[in-house]
Amino acid sequence: MTDQVPISWYLILSATLFVLGVLGFLIKRNLITVFMSIELMLNGVNLSFVTFAHQWHAVKGQIFVFFVMMVAAAEAAVGLAIIIAIFRARATLAVDRIDLMKL
Amino acid sequence: MHLILFLLFAGICLAGAINLLLQSHPISSALSLIVVMTSLAVLYLLLGAEFLAVAQVIVYGGAVMVLFTFVIMLLNAGREERTMGSRTARSVGFPAVVALLAIFATVILKTPGLGVARLSDGITSTEDLSRVLFHELLLPFEVTSVLILIAILGAVALASHGSGDPHGDQDHGKPERTSK
Repeated sequence: MTDQVPISWYLILSATLFVLGVLGFLIKRNLITVFMSIELMLNGVNLSFVTFAHQWHAVKGQIFVFFVMMVAAAEAAVGLAIIIAIFRARATLAVDRIDLMKL
Repeated sequence: MHLILFLLFAGICLAGAINLLLQSHPISSALSLIVVMTSLAVLYLLLGAEFLAVAQVIVYGGAVMVLFTFVIMLLNAGREERTMGSRTARSVGFPAVVALLAIFATVILKTPGLGVARLSDGITSTEDLSRVLFHELLLPFEVTSVLILIAILGAVALASHGSGDPHGDQDHGKPERTSK
């Protein structure tokens, strides 16, 4: 009994991680923490991919996770460079103060 | 054994994710995110994805999070401040997020044919993975390498902009509009 776990538990965990990422994206007021919440969402989706790859015995699901990791690494590099550029221009990291394009 | 390991590391994972939201200092949030990623690597290993578990630790737990902590310390990011916007985001965000989780959970629990995961299901070896990656998916792999090259160039161009001339910072540093 203890050597098996329902696939749905893994999927629920993945959905919970994604939802916590969405929540962090909404309520956090620091630019870097908002960016970290996006990484949390990506990780939740990755867990879902690995779970389905295990369920269907498909290798391509794991390769998709590999590509997501690569894109996330590139995204982190570019995003953090943008954050540095914003900090140079505005001298703040609070998302409420970076509202130049807000109506 | 599988169940115990799953419950243990799923608990650590969720605790880290919740701690990420509760902490007000970015460096604490970054350390919580490292906890989440490392425990996710264990879950990948339980699901038989050995290569991804190692890549998760090296790429996410290592490279990406080092970049994050480096930027946090470079910019000397302090505590976040509570503002009017955060109160609105809370009052709208919590119900929306609970509804989203309810939808996800309903869809997952109503899906028929989801089996169980066992430790004896066998692991996907790196050999199988690389065979598919370098035979069938060679073109996407090469395109990704071009993407990473462009990302490196973009990151360098963005981060080094304006540091060369001494007048550039004064132009950019002008406060255009203060917040309401």
